This record gives sequence, C-alpha cells and structure tokens, in this order.
Amino acid sequence: MPEPSYHQYCCITCGLIYDEALGFPDEGIPAGTRFADIPDDWTCPDCSASKSDFELVN
Amino acid sequence: MANKFEPNMLATARANSPADNSTWLTSKKYCYALSLVVLLLPLLSAYFAVTNNQGLWLWLPFIFIYAGITLLDKVFGDDESNPSEAMVEEIKNQAYYKIILFIAVPLLWLSVIVLAYVITHYEWSWFSFLGAALSAGIMAATGVNLGHELGHKVNDNAQQLAAQLALALSGYGHFVIEHNKGHHKDVATPEDPASSRMGESIYKFAQREIPGAFRRARALEAARLQRLGKSPWSVHNEIIQTALITLTAYVLLIAFFGPLMIPFLAIVAAYGYWALSSANYIEHYGLLRQKEASGRYERCKPQHSWNSNHKVSNLFLLHLQRHSDHHAHPTRAYQVLRDYNNVPKLHAGYPWMYILALFPNIWFSIMDPKIADWAQGDMHKVNMDPQAKDDRFRRYHRIAQ
Ligand SMILES: [Zn+2]
Repeated sequence: MPEPSYHQYCCITCGLIYDEALGFPDEGIPAGTRFADIPDDWTCPDCSASKSDFELVN
Repeated sequence: MANKFEPNMLATARANSPADNSTWLTSKKYCYALSLVVLLLPLLSAYFAVTNNQGLWLWLPFIFIYAGITLLDKVFGDDESNPSEAMVEEIKNQAYYKIILFIAVPLLWLSVIVLAYVITHYEWSWFSFLGAALSAGIMAATGVNLGHELGHKVNDNAQQLAAQLALALSGYGHFVIEHNKGHHKDVATPEDPASSRMGESIYKFAQREIPGAFRRARALEAARLQRLGKSPWSVHNEIIQTALITLTAYVLLIAFFGPLMIPFLAIVAAYGYWALSSANYIEHYGLLRQKEASGRYERCKPQHSWNSNHKVSNLFLLHLQRHSDHHAHPTRAYQVLRDYNNVPKLHAGYPWMYILALFPNIWFSIMDPKIADWAQGDMHKVNMDPQAKDDRFRRYHRIAQ
C-alpha cells in the first residue's frame, strides 16, 4: 500500500489551513482525516465560514 | 461535532413559504438598482445648487442618507422575506447583481468629481462647502460598504479590483485584508480592534480601531508577501496598490480644482473612515465569544452580531445589517443574505444607530440593558471596556459571585 498523499485546504476568508495530515484533534477530527470526510456542517474554527468556503491549496 | 448550540440560544435563518416571498423578492431585484439613483443624488443637488444659486442644496445627499432612509425605514418597516434554498441557488450567481456593483463604483467617483467641480467653480459660503464635502463623504462611506461586499469575493479578480477602486475613494485600501483575515477571525473578542466593547464610546473606540486595523492589515499583508517570497515594499502589496490609486486621484483633483480640494478631500476621507468606525462600532457592541477548554474562542455564532432587518436601509446597505448571516457565510452575495430568528436585534436601521452612537449617554442607555439581557445578567460574558467594568458590573451584574 503506498502512503496516502495528504492535501491542504484553505479558508478563503480568514486564511486558516486545514491540513489532512494533522487533522484537528481539538475538534475531534483525528490526524489523517480527509477533508471530504469532514461533515458538511463543520465550519472554519477561526472565522466560522462554512466548509464550502474552503479551497484546495496543495 | 462542531457547533454546540445551547437550546435557549438557538438561532436559525427564518424560513418563509415561497408564496410569502415571491413578489417582494422579485421586486427587490429592481430596488437594488434604485439605490444607484441615490448615488446620483449629488449630481442632482449640484444642479439645483447652481441653477438656483442656493448652496444649501449641496447638503441634500448627506441629509437624505440619514433622515431620508431612517424615515423610509419607519414607513416600510421590516423585511419579512428570506430567499428559499431554491431561490438562493437561482440568484446567488446571477450577473445582474454584480453588474449593479460595477456600475455603482464609477458613479461614486463621478459624484465626488462633480461636487469638487461645483464647489471650486462657483462662490459658496463655508456652510455650503461643508454640505458638499459631507455629501461627497457619503459617497466615500458608500464606497467602503461596496468595498466590503466586493472585497469578500476573493476568487473574482474583477470584484477585487472594483473593491480597491471603491475603497481608494477614502484611502482605506487596507480594508479588505484587515476585514477578511483580521476581523472575521477575531470578531467579538477583546483582541479585535474592530469589535467595540461595552462602555466604550464611539470616540474611544475609533482611537483604538483605526490604528489597530491598520497595524493588523500591514502585518497580515507582510506575512502573505513573505510566504510568496516578495518584499512588503513592492507593488505586490495590496495596501500600497490602493494607496497609489488614492494618491494619484487626489493629486489630480488638487491639480485641476485647486487648493480648496485639500480640505474637501480631507473631509471626504475622514468621513469614509468615520463611517467604517460607526459600522464596526455597532455591529458587535459588547458581544463576546467565550473561551473553550482548548483555549480557543468558541466559533462566531449568529448571536455574536447585531442585526437590523429594515427594508430600506438593507437595500441601500446591501444587507450589511443581516450581519449574523454575513459572519456565518462571509462569501455569500448580498442578494441571498438571510434574516435569522433569535439573534440580537437593533431597534432601528444602521444609519439611525450611527447617529445615536454619536451621543454616548444615549447609546449606553439604549444598548447596555440589551447587552445585559443578552448575557442573561452575567457581565463576565460581555466584551467589556476595562475602564467601564466596575460601573457596568454594579449596574447590570445579576449572577451571585
Ligand atoms: Zn475562516
């Protein structure tokens, strides 16, 4: 099995980065969680923008 | 996961049946265009001033925005309608709504230039001059509101450019950076220079907000450029870009219309700044996000913004007053912002509240009891001015220590 390659997503309003490799343990999102697997009602922890306001950075 | 709402604090976008909505929502589409007519008021007032040789006409746009809109708010009342999910999908990307903004931006500049021409080519009293400058200041203030709407559409280069042009009118080029990455992140916390505190007068607030916002913007932009490997002292710096637009325009106006432009433009820019301070002052006054066990602030929720749902001021301000939905969906276009149930509400539209804010004692007497209710008598849950703390605890704190 090849190592999965993780991506980073950025909140286009406030600039917060969600890094799939790190997850968001404080929020109950374990490291390695795919952005697509985060519930749709999750919001930006910094500015509360909706999940659809994140875009792929790399 | 994510948001934990207390049951007694639940706030939701109000749902209407499509039938309640359709007529008003359809006519609203054309009412936004009507607000462009307001931007032409300076041309009308300049025309009347010249043809009647009566400089008092130059006050017309300034007076209309405060007295006229407040009066129309009283007449037309609240806006009961919210777009349905289907309607949101239908209109959120319609070009029409964007084009209105693209037309509005040059109209602002045109109105200011015409006022500048009239004020320097005819004889007026100082009082009429002041009216013209304040009316031009209204255009700068409108530019800040437009710059706010446009500046949130970060993936649309045309809207970003239009935002810069709108903000350049008052020399507030650092607004988009400061507002998106600064205010939206720190809103309703003591760390935010653009969120006002209970017991803080607007005059005290502006002295904290104006320099604080500039410092935050400069730092955010320098950090962005550093990540890209560029110098903060280059044309890549968006603050410098907009400042150059302002500088060019102001120098040209002074060159064409003479030294009277110096006080005129000083008033225009100062008025744009003041209008933004006024908006920031009333949008989150006293409201505080609590800290969670992790040390992070809780998310900004609908109850962390002051809303007003008056029809006319909302049309003119592009639904800025549906502020809870704006913070929940910062990139949502103005035409699809929704009113919420169970959120902090102001008793009047923003323009009237801007006037009340000028009189701190009146402002405090209206707003402080509302904050106390909002915090259910627990003043620890309020964004409080340290100097006002003892007094406000004595008057409003109702929770046993
Ligand atoms: Zn964000």
